[in-house]
Amino acid sequence: MLALVSPALLVILALIVLPVGWLAWQSIYHDGFTLENYRRVFTEDIYWRSFALTFEISLAVTLIALLLGYPVAYLANALPKGWSILILSLVVLPFWTSVLVRAYAWLALLQRTGVINQLLRYLDVISEPLPLVHNTFGTVVATVHILLPFMVLPLYATMQKIPGDLMQAGASLGASPSLTFVRVFLPLSLPGVLAGCTMVFVLCLGFYITPELLGGGRTVMVSMLVSRNVELYNQFGAASAVAVVLLASVLLIFAAVSRFISLDRILGQK
Amino acid sequence: MTTKRDFGFGYALLGGSLGLFATTGIAAAAEQITFVSQGGAYQQAQTIAILDPSAKKLGITINQDSIPDAWPAIKTQVGSGKPIWDVVDTPTGYCLRGGEQGLIEKLDFSKIPNAAAMPEAYRNPYSVSYEFYSSVLAFSQKTFPKDAPNSWVDFWDVKKFPGRRALRNHPIATLEAALMADGVAPDKLYPLDVDRAFKKLEEIKPHITVWWTSGAQSAQLLNDGEVDMEMAWNGRVSAVAKEGAKVAFTYNQGILQSTSLCILKGAPNLETAVKFLNEAVDPVHQANLPLNIDYGPGNPKAFDTGVIKPERAAQLPSEPANAAKQALMSYAWWSSPAGEAAEKRWASFMQK
Repeated sequence: MLALVSPALLVILALIVLPVGWLAWQSIYHDGFTLENYRRVFTEDIYWRSFALTFEISLAVTLIALLLGYPVAYLANALPKGWSILILSLVVLPFWTSVLVRAYAWLALLQRTGVINQLLRYLDVISEPLPLVHNTFGTVVATVHILLPFMVLPLYATMQKIPGDLMQAGASLGASPSLTFVRVFLPLSLPGVLAGCTMVFVLCLGFYITPELLGGGRTVMVSMLVSRNVELYNQFGAASAVAVVLLASVLLIFAAVSRFISLDRILGQK
Repeated sequence: MTTKRDFGFGYALLGGSLGLFATTGIAAAAEQITFVSQGGAYQQAQTIAILDPSAKKLGITINQDSIPDAWPAIKTQVGSGKPIWDVVDTPTGYCLRGGEQGLIEKLDFSKIPNAAAMPEAYRNPYSVSYEFYSSVLAFSQKTFPKDAPNSWVDFWDVKKFPGRRALRNHPIATLEAALMADGVAPDKLYPLDVDRAFKKLEEIKPHITVWWTSGAQSAQLLNDGEVDMEMAWNGRVSAVAKEGAKVAFTYNQGILQSTSLCILKGAPNLETAVKFLNEAVDPVHQANLPLNIDYGPGNPKAFDTGVIKPERAAQLPSEPANAAKQALMSYAWWSSPAGEAAEKRWASFMQK
């Protein structure tokens, strides 16, 4: 077994652990030990604002993805095999398009001269174009679109394992369909909810291209500070300190979540 | 831009597989350098106008590489003690900053006569101007068929010129524009009054729809009519206009910026690199550049060669009459402590 996994482990060590470790080292060592890079992150308010905004956006994206994703997963689970394959492939299909292309596609839909504004104006619903993009709203919309599969797939996997007999048993005892859903199905699907939410939230924390293109310059997420700091301070340490703080918060989230659900489950192992 | 490199690689393979061609042996022994620019149509234009003719004239091989932002790579390469690149074409500010940090070779202008003959504002101890572009005021001719905004004062005047606006999400050139909007003359900008510039920017901030980050984005905004006026790079605006969009720009109060050539500290082919640097700013090669792309020559003597027709010259940012209407960016100020502090202040301005 060890012989089989060791090539993979070596690749992870060489391509992930060593470079990340080297960057983390630079954040505390530059001509001697220094905590200057961290002092900056924890005292200058631009970092606080950016971290706060990043967490707000990630939270909003997670909740919206859950509201949109749960019914989709439910339907895919409830319908016959053919339908569920169709639904799941529709969910996964956009996944194969590059993030950059999808950001530009949203621009074409949401901008002032975009499809949605043109249509609403043609229908006389609005007289002035709505500010749908170049702000946090546009960023959230596009990010939800990109991350939705990460919500739907763990939900679907969990729902698949809920035995259908339980619902029938509930019905035979006289419960209405909505009551069986609330009392039986929903609680059993919660591990999937937690897994999907964790995936979406954590992935969203590191988003870069989408806010860069659709945020209009005002939506400064943490990853954008990382790239900005390389340019501004002429050393990687200043940038990697920001990345290390972000990584640490991700690990803290995983640690907190793993108290409720095993990590294998989030990562789709069980 | 990999065509040239791929050709080179192809030849090497060919030579390697046959292994008998005497010419291959000679080519390998000949002097060579690695030159790095920013890729795309821009590097292709240089290859035709400057790089291939220089290689031929000097009898050297120029290996090309390209990278959108050379700065982190310069730091890493020189930091490792064994740089691979020799000559880099990068925004002048990085050459200066790199020079001050010991990443860039100090130039001996006695060995670079073409550069020594250039005006002093066009060179510094570490680099020589290679090409000019300008941050200009661009506008939609649909919104402004006549009486278009013609200065940064107009750009700031939201009553007289209503419409949506965009600026670059970067302090360089934007602070200059703000000061000109506040009445500072283009030739009296430096040292920048940073407080005054940010105060003036606060004034226009509520009216800015987009703070763009890439040149492509600025072009898209103008092309799709997302904004009615914006600061943009002249080459991007003329490219959009060539595609048929009704957009135009003015050089009046433009901010004239340059990229420069510099040599990495400890470059593997230092002597050849210096020879190439001199050849690259030769007035005739330089004059050929604007025949292939919308950028102005770094060496103003190019305009005296007769290669650039007067109609063409009038379109270029560094043509003397156009240059006279603009502010020449001081990279020395931007790489000074005051300039670096202004750059750091930008992020908190954006987030407020």
